Amino acid sequence: MKYLHLVVTGLTGLLLILGSLDMPATGDPQAPAARHVSPRYIEQSFEETAVPNMVTSVLADYRSFDTLGEVTVIFTGALAVLLILRTGRRDDEKEGL
Amino acid sequence: MINGQQSVVVTRICRLVVPFAQIFGLYVIMHGHSSPGGGFQGGVILASSFMLLAVGDGIEEVRRRFSMLAVTVLTSAGVLIYAGIGVVCLLLGANYLDYGILPVPEPRSLGMLGIEIGVGTTVMAAIVSIFHDLVTFE
Repeated sequence: MKYLHLVVTGLTGLLLILGSLDMPATGDPQAPAARHVSPRYIEQSFEETAVPNMVTSVLADYRSFDTLGEVTVIFTGALAVLLILRTGRRDDEKEGL
Repeated sequence: MINGQQSVVVTRICRLVVPFAQIFGLYVIMHGHSSPGGGFQGGVILASSFMLLAVGDGIEEVRRRFSMLAVTVLTSAGVLIYAGIGVVCLLLGANYLDYGILPVPEPRSLGMLGIEIGVGTTVMAAIVSIFHDLVTFE
């Protein structure tokens, strides 16, 4: 049974390595990801948003809805920890939280 | 470690560093749209300053200055600021989170600053809240 896990892990690793062989090289200007929307961000983002930091203009303006989701994830995480751990301590807690 | 029975060196150094850490956190949030940084990073720096205060002066001191009620309210307030700016854009007649319609100079830049403040508030309060809950777990 132990060897079955090893075989499954090894096969998965081989598949992942096989899949990564076709990836474009790092920083390749002809890669599909660099030719679709990136030129628009690089050329237009300062004129459109007046923000010199391109990364922020993508994260907080073009993809603002995505960042709202990220903030909601963090909020939900804090809420989950609060609901799990902050129970049954009302006796010594004056604020009732 | 966290109950305030520290040597005077640790207490003094923590008290000395905390205000600088908080100023730096605010700087990272406010300059997120013109230099590396932003709400997430600045919020974490602000939260770590409260952890440093807890190491030096104990968790009770942190709770006296920054109550659990305030932490919980701020966690929700950040998301509310973010979503609220989107709703304001919607009410002014643009798409959701389309800051171009806001009636301020350079609306896109200031809209981004607004949501960075919302992100920073939520991240700071969420991490402090988790820290409170983990440290005081009985």
